[in-house]
Amino acid sequence: MILWKDYHLAHSIEDALETLWNAPGPARLIAGGTDLLLDLQQGRHPPVHTLVDVSAVPEMTSIELRREKLFIGAAVPLNRVVLSPLVQEHAEALVEAAGLIGGPQVRNTATLGGNVAHALPAGDGTIALLALGAQAEIAGGSGIYRSPLEDLYLGPGRSRLATQEELLVGFYLPIRSKNEGSAFQRIMRPQGVAIAILNLAAWIRRRGDVILDVRLAIGPAGPIPRRSNEAEHVLRGKKMSPEVREKAVGSLLAEASFRTSPHRATAEYRKYMAGVLLENVLETAWQRSAS
Amino acid sequence: MRITVNGVQRSIEVRFGEMLSDLLRERLGLTGTKIGCNEAECGSCTVLVSGEPVLACTYPAGKAVGKEVITIEGLANVESLDQSRKTARQVELHPLQRAFITHGAVQCGFCIPGQIVTAFALLQSNPDPTEDEIKYALKDTLCRCAGYPSIIRAIQSAAKAMQSDAEEISEPEIPGITHDFRVVGTQLIRPDAVEKVTGKALFTDDLKFPEMLHARVKRAGVPHAIVKSVNVEGARSLPGVVAVLTAEDILGEVNHGLVVYDWPTLVGIGERVRYVGDAIALVAAETREIATQAIELIEVDYEAQPVISHPVQSRQPDVPQLHPSGNLLKHIKVRKGDLEIGFQEADLILEHTFHTAITEHAFIEPECSIARPLPDGRMEIYVGSQIPYSDRHQVARTLNWPEERIRIVGQLMGGGFGGKEDIAGQTHAALLALATGKTVKLLFDRHESLLVHPKRHATQIQVKMGAKLDGRLTAVETELYGDTGAYASLGEKVLTRATTHSSGPYEVPHARADCYAMYTNNPPAGAFRGFGVTQSAFAIESMMDMLAEKLGMDPVELRRLNALRVGSETNTGQVLTESVGLLECMQKVEDEMNHLSGGQPFTPKRVEGAPHRVRAWGFAAGYKNTGLGGGAPDKAAAEVELFADGMLEVRTSSAELGQGLVTVLQMIVAEEFNQTPTKVRVVVMDTDLTPDGGPTTASRQTYVTGNAARLAANTLRQAAVTTLAEKFDQPPDKIRFVEGLVQVNGQVVPLGEVVGAMQAEGREPRVLYEYWAPETKPLGQGGDMHFAFSFAAQAAEVEVDTRTGEVSVLRVIAASDAGQVINPLGFQGQVEGGVVMGLGNALTENFIVEQGQVFTDRLARYRMPSIVQTPEIISILASHPTKDGPYGAKGIGELVSIPTTPAITNAIYHAVGVRIDRLPVDQEVIIQHLKGKVKQ
Ligand SMILES: Cc1cc2nc3c(=O)[nH]c(=O)nc-3n(C[C@H](O)[C@H](O)[C@H](O)COP(=O)(O)OP(=O)(O)OC[C@H]3O[C@@H](n4cnc5c(N)ncnc54)[C@H](O)[C@@H]3O)c2cc1C
Ligand code: FES
Ligand code: FES
Repeated sequence: MILWKDYHLAHSIEDALETLWNAPGPARLIAGGTDLLLDLQQGRHPPVHTLVDVSAVPEMTSIELRREKLFIGAAVPLNRVVLSPLVQEHAEALVEAAGLIGGPQVRNTATLGGNVAHALPAGDGTIALLALGAQAEIAGGSGIYRSPLEDLYLGPGRSRLATQEELLVGFYLPIRSKNEGSAFQRIMRPQGVAIAILNLAAWIRRRGDVILDVRLAIGPAGPIPRRSNEAEHVLRGKKMSPEVREKAVGSLLAEASFRTSPHRATAEYRKYMAGVLLENVLETAWQRSAS
Repeated sequence: MRITVNGVQRSIEVRFGEMLSDLLRERLGLTGTKIGCNEAECGSCTVLVSGEPVLACTYPAGKAVGKEVITIEGLANVESLDQSRKTARQVELHPLQRAFITHGAVQCGFCIPGQIVTAFALLQSNPDPTEDEIKYALKDTLCRCAGYPSIIRAIQSAAKAMQSDAEEISEPEIPGITHDFRVVGTQLIRPDAVEKVTGKALFTDDLKFPEMLHARVKRAGVPHAIVKSVNVEGARSLPGVVAVLTAEDILGEVNHGLVVYDWPTLVGIGERVRYVGDAIALVAAETREIATQAIELIEVDYEAQPVISHPVQSRQPDVPQLHPSGNLLKHIKVRKGDLEIGFQEADLILEHTFHTAITEHAFIEPECSIARPLPDGRMEIYVGSQIPYSDRHQVARTLNWPEERIRIVGQLMGGGFGGKEDIAGQTHAALLALATGKTVKLLFDRHESLLVHPKRHATQIQVKMGAKLDGRLTAVETELYGDTGAYASLGEKVLTRATTHSSGPYEVPHARADCYAMYTNNPPAGAFRGFGVTQSAFAIESMMDMLAEKLGMDPVELRRLNALRVGSETNTGQVLTESVGLLECMQKVEDEMNHLSGGQPFTPKRVEGAPHRVRAWGFAAGYKNTGLGGGAPDKAAAEVELFADGMLEVRTSSAELGQGLVTVLQMIVAEEFNQTPTKVRVVVMDTDLTPDGGPTTASRQTYVTGNAARLAANTLRQAAVTTLAEKFDQPPDKIRFVEGLVQVNGQVVPLGEVVGAMQAEGREPRVLYEYWAPETKPLGQGGDMHFAFSFAAQAAEVEVDTRTGEVSVLRVIAASDAGQVINPLGFQGQVEGGVVMGLGNALTENFIVEQGQVFTDRLARYRMPSIVQTPEIISILASHPTKDGPYGAKGIGELVSIPTTPAITNAIYHAVGVRIDRLPVDQEVIIQHLKGKVKQ
């Protein structure tokens, strides 16, 4: 079975989009290919005519500060995300998440854009980006626009991006001020598929011992990667204390919906672990926000 | 497209859908880049693109355009190698390649190109990595031989050499090995190591022949059904398809098998499918892609049958019978003393049931067979197989040919562990080669490998144990159910071993064991390192700890009290007369454990600064027979020949799967002739060139084949001595072999000239020796069921996270009595690999089958331990040589992996009080217990 015919290495966003639009048959974007190629090889994705590789598009492979924001190109390989001093400075949760995805070889090709576009409810990069308040920059027929990350998802494996029409250019993250910090943690199982049983990221802005603002993201706790608005609400404006943390755990559990996935985890274990992870990431993010 | 490979710029035509690995392997002939999984899981296909390691199996060739690609072949400048003349050091090798060789990190070698390329990239960016940094970089580059500690040492010593520009790689220290011999017991690098580190080593899939066809097999995909119809028309008419075969096309016997011929080579119309991997039809086509497409065009109608998914269910009275003989493969019985008396004498009786999972060998090299018809009417089969003569026999049966018409040409094997004993593709490739007259390659992809080959038996083991208050065992009763799956394979033998070892390495006055080896609709189960003893050791060693707790005794003390020793009688009625190092193993492990833990190893300790993490040690013992035993004739033949150029050659069909047999044979012959080992060539696994060494199984090679080689060499030497004694008219004791020469009372004769002298006398300069191991008795007859046992004790230190239930193993102390160690580097590899495999058996490995359907059908769904999970391994020797082993050697391969699992689960109990009675350890279960949801 021929999985693709044309492999096009795009040199610009326009080139990528035009190739996508004008391909004589089905065309797909590919970055690292660590999701897509396996889907093609194992028959979960039908063969395509054209693969449009965006991994060498300059606009999509930079990491830089742009007007009070940190820009991370969608096609930057994860190992560069992990090693980038800018990301280390402004997005600790993302460094932690990206450093856990796959192994070193996978991280040398896999990208954040691919992780987000693949739209798994527990994509590690995605969950970190959500808590960091990332906006996605999208290029398509109607030009370039930005969208909050949480608005991007429709269902498991499905994003709002129009297939064969749009692409993710990159992500804009708020730059970190002194009193802010973030953290990511996940729980795995040593047997079976290497997808997190549960992952959780937190971002905190504090003043003294008060939580001024907070963002929490958790997966898989529903069909799409999601923020935990109720738990955030419980924490926002409160003094950090074991009690308030416990309350936050309570509301996180109330609003998230955990499923039992055979051979991975029961809903009950996920629920219990959600509490443990939330305690841990809150603690770490809190400490980081003190520096 | 333009692409630079190993410094050479190439302009290559673009092909649709091509991965970099295909480009490298198929079009550029760079077969050092290996394919272990083709799904981005194993790392054996790692190459550098623009200096960074990536997985070539999932890297489109088109993406490498304009980039610089480096493969294993690009790291050193090596052409051909004549092992007799050059050693690794004289060749231009990268320091990493030299270090991997010197440190014994090369075993089967299949993963090694990936390891070295990944390590190379690491050293480029980090010239002096710490152990943790190495582990991080090699996290997903899997080695199933699992010499991870050696890999770490190799990388560190290469780093050191590179920094100091030193030529020399420091030799590893392997403590405790004594040798009173010139060669035996010294550190010797493998004869095939240089090829393996340079990517020159050819495995079966690396071979190409002109006009070779590619085969695929139509698998049933249903666990239990009757085949109603098979329509191959669509496949036959697909352009590029050369042959499509079904059961009707088999000219010889339809069934194959290692002991019982119960496994159909192809399932025909009206016949029974017994598991998802059963073969229905075969296709040979011009390309693998066409063959794959053809397979999908074959239509099969089935009449579904009720699925038997568990051995206990299989023994119920009203279930369908899978074989004409029924569902019971064998009821295995062990009887000693009088159980009733034993339990009456007991002050305390304990009872518990344990479950072990199906596990998978996951050798990194998937199965591959190439059948090649010869002009003279014979056929050659190229295959990495543990039992070449059995392959020959079974292929001959299938073709209805005399065995001599078939030649098995054994290839390097990328790991076996018991999983390459059965027929995989040999008969299928042969049938297609016969039908087409062309060479046919049948390569399993990882998916097919997982579905088809026999696994480790899942078991249910119920143990009832009686003891006096002072700890002396009075009775042990065990009942085992073993799931042998759809076909017998070696099921009866494996489960016999599980049964005979089910009361542990202890002297028990009254013992009774019953094992039901049952057929089910799961994939077949057969040999797997440990051969059944892994399972029963988990049960009995858990019970010993449970008993110790009930008695308020120290677990080591309890074991010591009951341990087998010289003079003990086993539960099969064998009195041990020599070579029982169990007590010494226990003592040495206990001492080291006390030393490392500062006393009180079994008391839980919280990690400072992280009180939710708790550590403790656990202890277990084990033993394993060497050789087939049970009355089976256990023999091996080896031939040793002296050549006019002074080289010696030893030939036997025994298999080299990575374990190091070739080194052992080389050393033994060198020892007998008092030569350096490089003067000895080793030829194995070829049914035309090498005499039958018997199956490579049951940790028997060093002992049985080793003895054959030793005696062949010895006989040849004596013949040479006789010749020279007559020729020079000197007494034989004045004739001595020294390096490359024979000294005859002051005169010297070059070794090679002895050949002429012998021939002049009408003597052949070669000796074929068929060695018969000491006779053994069948189970049930008492007496010596085995001619030797190896013994082990181990302790594992674990850390349990009481908030998540996660378990990690920090350190393992492993003491082994395998008699005299012949090949220290090979021994080290076996110890490290065995412990890591035992760890996998405890914590990560689970081959999941639901209602006969295989869930674990990708490597991504089967976790084997990686370098990250590898604990510190402290290996201790407690050698008690056995009188008939070569230089006193016994088996080691299986022994080491037996006590690891229970040592870990016992440690978990000591850490957090959760008794694991079902493998693998489930972190959820630990949490449930800790939260009080489950009563102990
Ligand atoms: C061994 C292994 C381990 C893994 N471990 C993890 C893990 O621990 N955690 C985890 O979260 N994931 C894991 N993954 C999944 C995968 O590596 C990640 O999701 C990765 O980030 C995907 O990135 P990619 O560039 O390879 O995506 P690709 O496979 O190239 O693309 C994925 C999808 O995104 C689309 N796409 C790619 N780039 C863009 C873009 N710029 N704009 C729009 N659409 C785009 C593609 O069309 C495709 O549909 C693992 C994968 C493997 C093989
Ligand atoms: S073959 Fe590429 S990772 Fe296994
Ligand atoms: S040497 Fe690594 S898999 Fe055998």
